[in-house]
Amino acid sequence: MENITPFTWRRLKNRYNLVGKKCTNCSSVFFSPRMICSYCNPPMETTDFKFSGNGEVVSYSLVNVPPEEHSALAPYVIAIIKLKEGAKLTAQIVDCNEKDVRIGMPVEAIFRKITEDSTGLISYGFKFRPLLNGKN
Amino acid sequence: MRHVAVVGYGLSKFGERWEAGLKELVSEASVAAINNSGVEPKQIQCLFTGSMSSGRFANQEHLGALVADQLGMTPIPSVRVEAACASGGVAVRQAYLSLASGAYDLALVVGVEKMTDVHIGQATTTLGTAGDYEWEVFHGATFPALYAMMAKRHMHDFGTKEEQMAMVSVKNHSNGSKNKFAQFQNQITVDAVLNSSVVASPLKLLDCSPITDGAAAIVLASENLARKITDAPVWIAGSAQASDTLALHDRDSLTSLKATRVAAENACKQANVKLSEIKVAEVHDCFSIAEILAMEDLGFFNKGYGGKAVEEGETQLNSKVSINTSGGLKACGHPVGATGVKQIVELAMQLRNEAGARQVSNVDVGLAHNVGGSGATAVVHILRR
Repeated sequence: MENITPFTWRRLKNRYNLVGKKCTNCSSVFFSPRMICSYCNPPMETTDFKFSGNGEVVSYSLVNVPPEEHSALAPYVIAIIKLKEGAKLTAQIVDCNEKDVRIGMPVEAIFRKITEDSTGLISYGFKFRPLLNGKN
Repeated sequence: MRHVAVVGYGLSKFGERWEAGLKELVSEASVAAINNSGVEPKQIQCLFTGSMSSGRFANQEHLGALVADQLGMTPIPSVRVEAACASGGVAVRQAYLSLASGAYDLALVVGVEKMTDVHIGQATTTLGTAGDYEWEVFHGATFPALYAMMAKRHMHDFGTKEEQMAMVSVKNHSNGSKNKFAQFQNQITVDAVLNSSVVASPLKLLDCSPITDGAAAIVLASENLARKITDAPVWIAGSAQASDTLALHDRDSLTSLKATRVAAENACKQANVKLSEIKVAEVHDCFSIAEILAMEDLGFFNKGYGGKAVEEGETQLNSKVSINTSGGLKACGHPVGATGVKQIVELAMQLRNEAGARQVSNVDVGLAHNVGGSGATAVVHILRR
């Protein structure tokens, strides 16, 4: 699927700098960004919140059959990562082999190319790699 | 709320139906269901169609109108329902609610997906849109990968083994071998599953439901009319639906689907049925691990015991609970929008004692469990004869 430029452009802040949201009332943090807090009743607004990029692997898988826009980079490791501040997200783990990845492994966010479509439009964003000193 | 019954059912052949498009598939299943019910087509008052993504798979939206048109049923109202892989089950529920409310007395529900007109990469992306496209698919997650991460975590937390997951596929192929509508009617072995190519580790090709063309249809009637139409109505005793976060990563647990738990509890409560009374169930085995999660979340087995229960044979035909007698999504095939309707067709066959070689003995109550996405929608129906 080709993504037109605004699809990528409007999420640059989130994808480039790991900016999510924080509830103005209960301080819960969200990544991906949400306009409305999932926990507060009545619903409360959220404001921008920058995550540190440190976290740990909750689960992972080596993807051999990718979506069409990811075929150039397959196979790759996809993971669910719990960020230090509390939210979870889905991202690729790079700079290591699948056999080096384990549940609970500390990781850190890095800036990488995510996709390049047939028109040449490149989308950048976060991937994660094993934390070099092994500790958050 | 009025009582509602299934009074007729029909299926198209499931498989790679290169000769058939959406129109042929919905016609094949609908005519079979109408003939099975014995009603006159002109008696039908409204149409419900379940389809996940006919636009992306077959370049065709507006399926409500397409179905009314193809069945020669214009100008009755016709609506298409979408809830990803739960589109069929939710379409059944919407029809049920329309009849239970008193708005209508006779409805036809058809579920359909035409999936083999696109390449595998496009199909993978389209199925991925059942999750969160921006924050899962965009980053490279596929549907097998999401369920693979659930499997990996289930193995980590409960010691579930790849062999036990493989046994789900083996059982479902065994059941599918007794179903002439099934995409796959061949028996397979645990070794064949374990040695099949890895799609998203730890899930192999034979842990995954296939890409399938197919349609399924049922005729639903309100109580008074149902008793006139047939002396063997299959009652919808419970119907419940629940939602959860679109993205898997936003949930507290990767090893349990809250939407399944909530829908099952509410459906059983409505039907006044204890799970121990249910001897036949069609559950959403889009991947082998998904059947294990369903066995646990529906309440048939304790959390973490699903893999062991499969290994002990507790879900085979005529065991503690016969799960996926149709062959399930794995062997019968998974034309996404058709699956939830096909599950009701299978239960109706079982409850009417019309399931032939895969008939479960002495069944009075059955359960159908249909999941959308990685668990963001779940719909559970309890059927009783």
